[in-house]
Amino acid sequence: MKQYIVKRLLWTIPILIGISFFAFILINLSPSDPAEVAIRVNEITPTAENVAQMREQLGLDDPFMTRYLSWLGNALQGDFGNSYVNNKPVAEEIAKALPPTLYLSLVSLLIIVVVSVAVGVLCAVKEDSFTDQIMRGIVFVGTAIPGFWAGILLMWLFAVKLKWLPTSGMMTPAAVILPAVTLALGYISTYVRLIRNNMIQNKRENYVLYGRVRGLSEKTITRHIFKNSLQTSLTALGMSIPKLIAGTVVIENIFAWPGIGRLCVTAIFNRDFPMIQAYVLIMAVLFVFCNLFVDLGSVWIDPRRREA
Amino acid sequence: MVGFFKRFRNDSLAMSVSFFLGMVILLAILAPLIAPYDPTAQNIIAKFQGPSLAHWFGTDQLGRDVFSRILYGGRVTILISLLTMVVTILIGTILGVLAGYFRGWVDDVIMRICDIMLSFPSEVLILAIVGIMGTGLTNIMVAMVIAKWAWYVRMIRAIVISFMDSNYIRFAKVAGCSTGHIIRKHLMVGAIGEIAVLATLDTATIILNISALSFLGLGVQPPTAEWGMMLNEAKNVMITNPGQMLAPGMAIFLVVAAFNFLGDSIQEALNPKINKGLKGQRYSLYQALFGREKMVTE
Repeated sequence: MKQYIVKRLLWTIPILIGISFFAFILINLSPSDPAEVAIRVNEITPTAENVAQMREQLGLDDPFMTRYLSWLGNALQGDFGNSYVNNKPVAEEIAKALPPTLYLSLVSLLIIVVVSVAVGVLCAVKEDSFTDQIMRGIVFVGTAIPGFWAGILLMWLFAVKLKWLPTSGMMTPAAVILPAVTLALGYISTYVRLIRNNMIQNKRENYVLYGRVRGLSEKTITRHIFKNSLQTSLTALGMSIPKLIAGTVVIENIFAWPGIGRLCVTAIFNRDFPMIQAYVLIMAVLFVFCNLFVDLGSVWIDPRRREA
Repeated sequence: MVGFFKRFRNDSLAMSVSFFLGMVILLAILAPLIAPYDPTAQNIIAKFQGPSLAHWFGTDQLGRDVFSRILYGGRVTILISLLTMVVTILIGTILGVLAGYFRGWVDDVIMRICDIMLSFPSEVLILAIVGIMGTGLTNIMVAMVIAKWAWYVRMIRAIVISFMDSNYIRFAKVAGCSTGHIIRKHLMVGAIGEIAVLATLDTATIILNISALSFLGLGVQPPTAEWGMMLNEAKNVMITNPGQMLAPGMAIFLVVAAFNFLGDSIQEALNPKINKGLKGQRYSLYQALFGREKMVTE
């Protein structure tokens, strides 16, 4: 196991270097000169003179590797440069937008866990019954609907028609409900399926038969089955977290949620390169670490792999 | 392969879904011939009309015919998705076969690059590329190919490796068949089914991605009709005319669901044994609607 962990940790290093390199060269793939963009977004007509000046200011004339290393060095210290649009530090803007996104994802995660466990267990216990089929039908329809359509339909029903919840923003505590539910919808079916199928597989195992022979109550047996079925779902859940955070992009834009997804889309419209670059880098690093924890966690949980 | 077609033909859900998708693709191709109106022709006096004989799905905020816009929108969404899928599959198959067939350092290099590509969540990667290259359809396609190819390479490599272990490939090698011959006549014939499953399922994801990006305003630009963008426009008039959200949303939903069903059906027809134990999940809706077990005759 130690060998595996060391290998896994070491492998993270080239991945992180690759990611930073990729995030950096993205800007160089741009069809337009970043200096020109930086000037244009401030509604100044670019001239040969001020473009040259801006290039120097942004350090664009330095050799490629020099630029990469200085950019990486700054990024490691939390300095992602200044936004082209308002000249504020990118790190500051992201630090402001990150908490709402994390909050939204967390609420969404809670909904996913609660609903999928409840529905998944119910479906598995009442396998193939009418309840099971209806539940799976509802879950199927609910999750085959594209997230953005579900979002505006829910918004129309609960905010415009029934006026129960606010349409957008995060002024009131209830404002998180609609975006969080919309975000959760797509994941619920995956987990209902996983939990249901794992539990049904486990139901046929010998330990369940043995439990029955011992005269354990059905409730206790279901608890045992449930515990043993969680492993795959936990792994999948861990891997879903960064996807969930990345998935907030669409949802945040529908519900005007002031998070990093909205920040990123605004940055794209404004061609605010440093902001996009920082967003990509942060999301990718988050993704790598989540995957790392999931991998290590699944080894630690599974006694068979722990000893190997 | 013969068994595959037989099972597929006997699966009524698979056949109806294929028929539906065939019709949708045909409608998309023939849109200019079928559409009763120009999808961009505005008639501001006739805005927000309900469904009628003249306008089957009504008209939108600029008085454009929604039915024609759905037809033309399908043209953009579906044809672009299929094109994107073909390009990605092609790259995935070439690199996947290279890695899986030759192994060794070729495999190492390709897989390490894939690992790095796969450490970006694909949504973020697509956003990043569109962000840098600018909005528009071509850029979205390029972005999606870049974001997805690595995943395909990994999956197709796994498929190829599973075939490389089979005796008939070993035999072909021992019998002295050329590499090209083995790949073309033995490997691909076996692997093509699995790749088709990947491709079908992923077309659904691509359609969702394209419409999501257009919904955000990053994809297809007005006045071109596209389903995601129509939803975006519908969102702006949600309070006064909620009915506008129905047609484009329903179109995306149905086509995406159909591709998902089709992928599952192909999978099931390819490997009837695998899904036996798990009781095909895809029938949940079918069962909920019709309340009976669907028969898949062998």
